[in-house]
Amino acid sequence: MSERSAYEHVIKRAMTKLLVPFIQLFAFYVIAHGDIGPGGGFQGGVILGAGFILYVITFGMNEGRKRISRITSDLLSAAGVLVYATVGFVCMAAGGHYLEYAALPFSSPQLAGHLAIFVIELGVGITVAGVMITLYFLIGRELK
Amino acid sequence: MIDFALLFFLVVCAVAAIQMRDLLSSIMLLGIYSFIMAVVWTRLNAVDVAFTEASVGAGITTILLIAALSRTRRMETKQCVPPANLLIYGTVILLTSAVLLYGTLDMPTYGDPGAPAHSHVAPRYLEKSFEEVGVPNVVTAVLASYRGYDTLGETTVIFGAGICVILLLRRKI
Repeated sequence: MSERSAYEHVIKRAMTKLLVPFIQLFAFYVIAHGDIGPGGGFQGGVILGAGFILYVITFGMNEGRKRISRITSDLLSAAGVLVYATVGFVCMAAGGHYLEYAALPFSSPQLAGHLAIFVIELGVGITVAGVMITLYFLIGRELK
Repeated sequence: MIDFALLFFLVVCAVAAIQMRDLLSSIMLLGIYSFIMAVVWTRLNAVDVAFTEASVGAGITTILLIAALSRTRRMETKQCVPPANLLIYGTVILLTSAVLLYGTLDMPTYGDPGAPAHSHVAPRYLEKSFEEVGVPNVVTAVLASYRGYDTLGETTVIFGAGICVILLLRRKI
């Protein structure tokens, strides 16, 4: 290993260690503020997935797999859809149609809509992030 | 004026991405195409779509395409198309474009308030979304509440795509 490539590794690793927490925080910000500004579940999920992919690119596949095991990334992909579908069934259990937020037992239909939309955006974000991470782990290849 | 410049750059990027034999440059050009498209969406005041295009098109798609490129050759093999075939392809493309352009002559003017797209459910969504759903962003209200079932379908499609890639590419289950 030449000295130049050792320096490159140090720069990449230092910057990644600094950036990844902020990327993940920004992703959650985008998901949570999807109802006030631009953004929402899909965008936030993609940014969250991109943050993890940056970590995997810089530190290698094995190191990335230690952070997110195969089971975790698979379950993440499925959990978001499950959360979304469950919200619909909860609305049905509360007496309304499937995904009718106004039927939920909160103080007003607006509050019910607001909270239910937050939960389903979270579900969408989790699924998108999980699928992006799974795809990168499967398609990507280590440079030797 | 800036719209014409953006359209010009879009066409240049698209043609260059197709013509390039170096697939890595082609992927970069597609990323640039997505970025210019995000600017076009912003010019049309569709910031949610611009955000999605920038993050998905210019971000994740570029990464996943480069990851896919790492498993194959970087340079496209040279293809020789006989000139007679080129003539047939060109004629078919010109005919199809002419028919499509003729079809657009019947469409309502851009931004016409009486157009069917703007007069059916759109006024109801724009006027009533805050009091019915309680969310300031109309796009999120339509996406997550009025058309929430469609968004569930979209999420299931993304999940299905992930499952398909797992089934195809994973060696040890």
